Amino acid sequence: MIALRPTRLDVINESELHAGHRNSPGTGDSHFRILIVSEVFSGKSRIERHRLINDLLKDELAGGIHALALSPLAPGEPLPKG
Amino acid sequence: MASDPVKDTIAKTIADNDVVLFMKGTKQFPQCGFSATAVKILEHLGVPFKDVNVLEDQGIREGIKTFSNWPTIPQLYVKGEFVGGCDIMREMYSAGELHDLICEKGIPHSHQHA
Repeated sequence: MIALRPTRLDVINESELHAGHRNSPGTGDSHFRILIVSEVFSGKSRIERHRLINDLLKDELAGGIHALALSPLAPGEPLPKG
Repeated sequence: MASDPVKDTIAKTIADNDVVLFMKGTKQFPQCGFSATAVKILEHLGVPFKDVNVLEDQGIREGIKTFSNWPTIPQLYVKGEFVGGCDIMREMYSAGELHDLICEKGIPHSHQHA
């Protein structure tokens, strides 16, 4: 993630919220939400932004991460609600 | 190169249907919160879509990730083009862009312009 030189990086572990549901690995490190603000995303499409992050997290996504919600923003873009 | 039956099945599905959602569970009974959100968005737009339950087919489940170069489910295809997953659908829907895309592609739907 540091490779993207973020000016803001929030990683929220939501695994507890999903501990009981079907298909959840129940490891406590399975469901994450990431908000990342970086200049790198300027001028890039949504798909390109997600792919940059997905590539960096390739190993984690192939292994323990069951769910990942991403909000990749360029500086100055409005933060998502909620 | 030998043909890949999973890839062929996916290619045929997105060629035969204007809007396809690869999801966990079915549109009637989604089995994942992200898939459920994706279904709600499409239903809100009033756009008919084909749901493909990846939980019923391990080949498709893994194959669609390679096919789209996208590691997560759900995945939305419109007119054979990959649009994105749940986050992107949500952002595009909020910005009105998903409705614009559906209109641009000439897909009939029941949601009216404001």
